[in-house]
Amino acid sequence: MPLSQYILIAVVKIAIALFVLLTACAYVVLAERKLIARMQNRWGPTRVGPFGFLQPLADGLKFILKEDLIPSHVYKPLYIAAPMLSLTLALTAIAVIPIGQSVTIGNANIPLQITDVNIALLIILGLTSVGVYGIALAGWASNSKYSLLGSLRASAQMISYELALGLSLIGVLIGAGSFSLREIVNSQAGWHWNLWYRGQFVAFFVYLMAAFAETNRVPFDLPEAETELVAGYHTEYSAMKFAMFFVAEYANMFTVACLATLLFLGGWDGPVFGPAWLMVVLPVLWFVLKVILFIFVYIWIRGTLPRFRYDQLMAFGWKFLLPLALANILITSLVIGLTA
Amino acid sequence: MTPVATPFFFYFLSAIALLSGLAVITQKNPVHSALALIMTLLSLAGLYLMLYAPFVAGVQIILYAGGIMVLFLFVIMLVSIEKSSREYQFNHQWHVAALATAVLGGLLIYVYVRGRGIFPNREAVLPETLNTQQVSLHLFNDYLLPFEIASLLLLVAIVGAVVMAKKRI
Amino acid sequence: MPGFHRGDYLLALPMMLLTLFALGVLLIDLLLDRSSKVINAWAAFAGLAFSAAAVHNIQRAFADQAARGEPSSPFFAFSGTLMVDRFAVFFFYLFLAAAAITILMSVRYLEVEDEHHGEYYALILFSVVGMMCMAAGNDLILLFIGLELMAVSTYILVGFLRRDRRSNEAALKYLLLGAFSSGIFAYGLSLLYGLAGSTNLQQISMALGNAMAPGKARVVPAVALVTTAAGLFFKIAAVPFHQWAPDAYEGAPTSITGFMSVAGKASAWALLLRIFLFALGPMRPLYVPILVFVAIATMTGGNLAALTQSNVKRLFAYSSIAHVGYIMLGLIAGTAFLPNPDGIRGILVYLLVYTFMNLGVFGVIASLRRRDIIGDELDDLNGLFFKAPTEAVLMLTFLLSLAGIPPLAGFYGKYFIFLALIESGHYALATLAVIYVAVSAYYYLRVANAMFMRTAGDRVPVTISPGMWAGLAITGAATVVIGIYPEPFLRMVNWSMHVAQNPTVAQLLR
Repeated sequence: MPLSQYILIAVVKIAIALFVLLTACAYVVLAERKLIARMQNRWGPTRVGPFGFLQPLADGLKFILKEDLIPSHVYKPLYIAAPMLSLTLALTAIAVIPIGQSVTIGNANIPLQITDVNIALLIILGLTSVGVYGIALAGWASNSKYSLLGSLRASAQMISYELALGLSLIGVLIGAGSFSLREIVNSQAGWHWNLWYRGQFVAFFVYLMAAFAETNRVPFDLPEAETELVAGYHTEYSAMKFAMFFVAEYANMFTVACLATLLFLGGWDGPVFGPAWLMVVLPVLWFVLKVILFIFVYIWIRGTLPRFRYDQLMAFGWKFLLPLALANILITSLVIGLTA
Repeated sequence: MTPVATPFFFYFLSAIALLSGLAVITQKNPVHSALALIMTLLSLAGLYLMLYAPFVAGVQIILYAGGIMVLFLFVIMLVSIEKSSREYQFNHQWHVAALATAVLGGLLIYVYVRGRGIFPNREAVLPETLNTQQVSLHLFNDYLLPFEIASLLLLVAIVGAVVMAKKRI
Repeated sequence: MPGFHRGDYLLALPMMLLTLFALGVLLIDLLLDRSSKVINAWAAFAGLAFSAAAVHNIQRAFADQAARGEPSSPFFAFSGTLMVDRFAVFFFYLFLAAAAITILMSVRYLEVEDEHHGEYYALILFSVVGMMCMAAGNDLILLFIGLELMAVSTYILVGFLRRDRRSNEAALKYLLLGAFSSGIFAYGLSLLYGLAGSTNLQQISMALGNAMAPGKARVVPAVALVTTAAGLFFKIAAVPFHQWAPDAYEGAPTSITGFMSVAGKASAWALLLRIFLFALGPMRPLYVPILVFVAIATMTGGNLAALTQSNVKRLFAYSSIAHVGYIMLGLIAGTAFLPNPDGIRGILVYLLVYTFMNLGVFGVIASLRRRDIIGDELDDLNGLFFKAPTEAVLMLTFLLSLAGIPPLAGFYGKYFIFLALIESGHYALATLAVIYVAVSAYYYLRVANAMFMRTAGDRVPVTISPGMWAGLAITGAATVVIGIYPEPFLRMVNWSMHVAQNPTVAQLLR
């Protein structure tokens, strides 16, 4: 493939992925508001467009048109850099996530993934671990006690749960023998999903909990506990800068959901039938369905559970999830070692 | 894909690593120092990538940039930096130290210029896809004992931290 | 041959047992109340005993080898990273003995300091594991990680008196300087790896042999040598890399001062010998001048600084620096133009006797620590003879032995080294060393003078715990017996000197 064609395909893929991701983020916000409203016996947004379908557009316009306020006491360079950092890292993760096998257009065989690297999983873990800086620096640069406390909570929580998150993946890695997300999915082909086939349901549970904590979602949303900390690390942010954090949070949710799908739910594995075009579309459809299912669990839990106390959060992470993940690694490797 | 513009990226990443390394020790604000150190570590990760060691690069980012440095920043953010930012960054011996460093640096440059060609000159022939497997094979076969002893080392460090920090042990 | 085999298991068993017992001590410490912490000491002691049995097992394997009439060859394990030869077995025994005596001397001292925790014993065991890796490593990575394990355990032990500012300061200084020197050392090792393309000592030795061939640029090997040597000199506390030693020795718990001055030093010497003889062997012409310079500087610095000290721990810190200078003379004699095994033998004998006599000294100083009396000033020794005559006489024995007066053990250490120096034609160095021995007698006798000639400044009696008695008895007996009847110990050293399996070392020693 000539270089120009390669670059063209890459740019097109990046554009599509970003557009889909950002739109999906916007509409997940709407879905969340609607669903939570239904759980609480309300209507949710209904006024903008039919069934409130234009609400995300209105929100986006509002963020763009609002005055971009920078408080006078902040440390400006980092204050401005922090949300950009958060958003950039959150969006970068999508680059290595595959959503299906590959399509052939003309003579080019294009994998449904922006770039297929063999350490994709490490890259995603690295990006999430570096993503802490956006939040930590936002809190520090804001020069406000609520922001600082929120960001300290967030970074402590993310570091603590990153361990459990990383360890929960090892069982899967041992089974697949690769860091490449594509190969991990291929190793689960034919309904051999990690969730049950290699007995990784414990790992899935640990991953689920740690992922909720990593994305600062209910019941782990202490960093922005509005009753204690106003709004946590983004207290001092407004307009587009706030929107960047907001989008970053939802983009992270998508990353986590995609990862769960790829690692535990078999990726795009599912019943495939019909004519050739359907054979291509169906796997992507299964993948999207699984992601949406995962996102729904997110929202469902937000509508159901109260928030943890800080010490409960730490104890749960260090004294329960971490040993559980370690035990899972031990047992998985024993089983694989003895049956190999 | 074959690598593109390797010399450029090598010098670029090395320059970032060196400049941000300098910034670590010259910046008054410890937060800036920490951020500069993160830059150094990230550019080192880039250099590892150029050596066809993606696993090492990934681990470098996850552990150093994403784990250890976050804790550094965490501690710096908790302590007051008012005082340290007013302090003079160099003590009165810095002229001597700079001179010694320059002499030593000059010596090292001289040595490497003179000694060029003495290191075995090998291209990285390892296929990039196998880097992770190679690392683990080395760790769990050739270097099994050092690997296990390293785990003891970490345990000792943990015990030491507890002994030093905990009021009642 | 990958995997884990029976041979690997047997050769690593001493370390594995120590690790297991150390972990056990950490666990049972949680179950013990404050009054029964002595059980930790017993458990650690048992660990040392089991480990010694495992070492004995390896020793028997060497005996079998000799009985079969095979030439003595080392046992390799873990893909060649671990090389247990007789040399390593000798050091294993030495470390275990030093750790055991230290534990005997620690119990009462820690109770008085009110810091009697299981972690102390566990850390001692862990540091012995590190030392074993340093003595038996055949791979740069294992050597370095062993060194770090030993060093990190020691940093913590130095700062173990957590409420004592001197201890905190000592630990911090030691940690910072130690980390710095480890960095330099690692840089040197990385250059060696770059030159050889391997971390294996034999491979490095071969690569250096090529690099040192006439007509080749020697600058990179020279830098590798200088940085590696600087790191090692720091670890053995040779001048000009010795500044950490007096502070660390003074601030550390006295029992740990003794431990690090003998076991820590012996392990650093084992590492130094491994690297200088096994890996850097072909670079002898380059490193002997450095050794001569450092040895003279070390003897001068250590002895002269010791003259004016008023703190006993500091005094013995400088004295131990001076002893490093003497030991280095052995290395010079062993590696200079005429290869001479007597030099290396002298080093081993010296380390053996130094272990006992110096531990004895610090045992006596540790017993002076009583409630409200720190007891590490020279004046605290005043009139010790009238308060605890036996202890004062033992102390005198150790002092005379350190000064090298026959018929005590210390004499033989110096005897072999000076003999080797004269045999290899270093008359000037030998003369200088003898002059410094005479100088050192002055400060040792200053201590004796305080014990016997002055009257006590306080009336608090010196009580000696049974453990301390045992420790002092062992060290005192060893000091006297090695002096009077050295044959079995020399045989042991000679036995361990059959390291002639490595061609470069064989050429060096025979």
